[in-house]
Amino acid sequence: MRIVFKTSYDADIRLFKHGAQAFWYGLLFVIAIALPFLINEFLIGEATLVLIWAICGMGLMLLVGQTGQASLGHAAFMAVGAYSNVLYQEHFSLPFIVSFPLSGLTAGVAGALVALPTTKLHGIYLAIATLAISVLAEDLIVIMEPLTGGVGGLFAPDIEIFGFTFNRYGNPIELYWLVLFITFIVIYLYRNILRAPIGRAFAAVRDSEVSAKAMGINVARTKMVAFAISCFITGLGGALMGHFATVFTHETFNLIMSITLLLIIVIGGLGTIHGAFFGAIVFVLLPLIISIGRDAFANMAGLGSISIPGLESGVFGILLIGFILFEPMGIYGRWLKIRTYFELFPFYRKDMFKRQKSYLKTERTQ
Amino acid sequence: MSLLELKNVTLRFGGLVAVNDVSFNVEEGEVFALVGPNGAGKSTIFNMISRFYKPAEGEILFVGKTILEREPHDIPRLGIARTFQNIELFEQASVLQNLLVGRHSHRRSNFLTDMLFTPGVREQERVHREAVEHVIDFLDLQPYREKLIAGLPYGVRKVVEMGRALAIQPKLLLLDEPASGLSVEETQDVAFWIEDIKKVMGVTVLMVEHDMHLVSAVSDRVMALADGRMIAIGSPQEVQSDPAVIEAYLGADDTTDEGEAA
Repeated sequence: MRIVFKTSYDADIRLFKHGAQAFWYGLLFVIAIALPFLINEFLIGEATLVLIWAICGMGLMLLVGQTGQASLGHAAFMAVGAYSNVLYQEHFSLPFIVSFPLSGLTAGVAGALVALPTTKLHGIYLAIATLAISVLAEDLIVIMEPLTGGVGGLFAPDIEIFGFTFNRYGNPIELYWLVLFITFIVIYLYRNILRAPIGRAFAAVRDSEVSAKAMGINVARTKMVAFAISCFITGLGGALMGHFATVFTHETFNLIMSITLLLIIVIGGLGTIHGAFFGAIVFVLLPLIISIGRDAFANMAGLGSISIPGLESGVFGILLIGFILFEPMGIYGRWLKIRTYFELFPFYRKDMFKRQKSYLKTERTQ
Repeated sequence: MSLLELKNVTLRFGGLVAVNDVSFNVEEGEVFALVGPNGAGKSTIFNMISRFYKPAEGEILFVGKTILEREPHDIPRLGIARTFQNIELFEQASVLQNLLVGRHSHRRSNFLTDMLFTPGVREQERVHREAVEHVIDFLDLQPYREKLIAGLPYGVRKVVEMGRALAIQPKLLLLDEPASGLSVEETQDVAFWIEDIKKVMGVTVLMVEHDMHLVSAVSDRVMALADGRMIAIGSPQEVQSDPAVIEAYLGADDTTDEGEAA
């Protein structure tokens, strides 16, 4: 157990609590940058996908984990990001460096507009309303064919920054670094939110709206800001997803994707940045592991190559149920427990984290 | 001019008249207590002052100006802070963060500067932290600074909630049953704190409380309510010996006679 001797208020404002923590995250930073030299190009592509999912996940995490508002419609805002990014580039010939942040802003404004009517709802009703947004978005994309290409979809051009092009197949390593850079910016913004008044206002709205009001927090406005920032980040992730997928249609950003996002943050651990990353890693790597496992099983049983339809969704479903039942704090919660166990060894008690409850709660009575 | 003034305030929930034509003034620098049996309308009056309820009739003035046009989240900025009867803290946040939320009405940053964490935001955070540290020192909350509310005992939560209200640096502090569920020693602490809040901090206190020992120890004036109506007002001793108050608490004389007869 480490005792940090604090000598100024800044000790609680800094991004890292103490030197050792800064060292470990610094090491992670170095490993992340050096990753292309450690693994092959296929895995770098997967790592890029993990980062993109983590960005989208952080967007939703801010809303669900920090502000306690459910959303089953975040794929719609990924779609807004992806489509607007390409449209800005093609119709207004804006460079990526302008169209990309602009696509995030577009998704953010869309989120704020959606928040206007929906944030009056609580718990399950908010989830239903946002679910409708996800369904609507799919149809809207088809209807707005002249702009969106309808069912034919859109083709995302290569990312070009000051004459340098990034392509998933041509130079995956450079694309990985670009996405990594954007990931760091998003993490930095997220951390700033957590240590600033707005982050505390989010937590206040999450834990008790009545007393948030009594503390002078404009609850409706705070929810709207949460929606806007959340959709801004998710929109950025969506724009990157568009470039990564190269071609996307209305089906790319369907309801399943919304649910996937929610699954990522719940499995990873609600309310933490780590959670978004753990969840994204599981979501991207699990299909790989499943296919390796399936092939090994088929070889062992002498069946040749087999395909089991719905296996992936089934495994994800079981994982989600398992986590909700046995580890509501997700992978990050499990990691915290293991770490605490070793930090306090041999004084760890089984019920130390007993009082933690999940954030998503339905309407409470005053 | 009184600090807080309620004029003929009435509130109905459907057919039920929760508060019926209640008027009183709270003068600057005093401790004013509302007493009465359960359902008398004490907490409802609090909820009207913090604008969670809108009175059907009547007027509520703070420093001479009406507050009925204000939104609930504007009330702390005017200088009115409150606590809740059933503690309403932010469960998944630390004591420190809870107290810092109390500083929200003093913030000058917006979500954009917050996201970028500009030097101005950092400077503001230091100022807020210092204000909160004064409250922590005042209420002896040092051992709990980093603790999550979800793991704290009831008595400490009660104090944290009072601290969060004090962090607003209000002119008027509304305490909704500050001593309910506390031990004798903790209630004594609350009594000392209320004295200090009045004398040292110069904050006017309006409180709802059932513990008559605490009420008579700290309050300058007391108002008794029953069934939404004011039945007595005056010093703690006057109110306690008022026949109408005794009747409201113990029942009317004739029923006691009947009880004895039977």
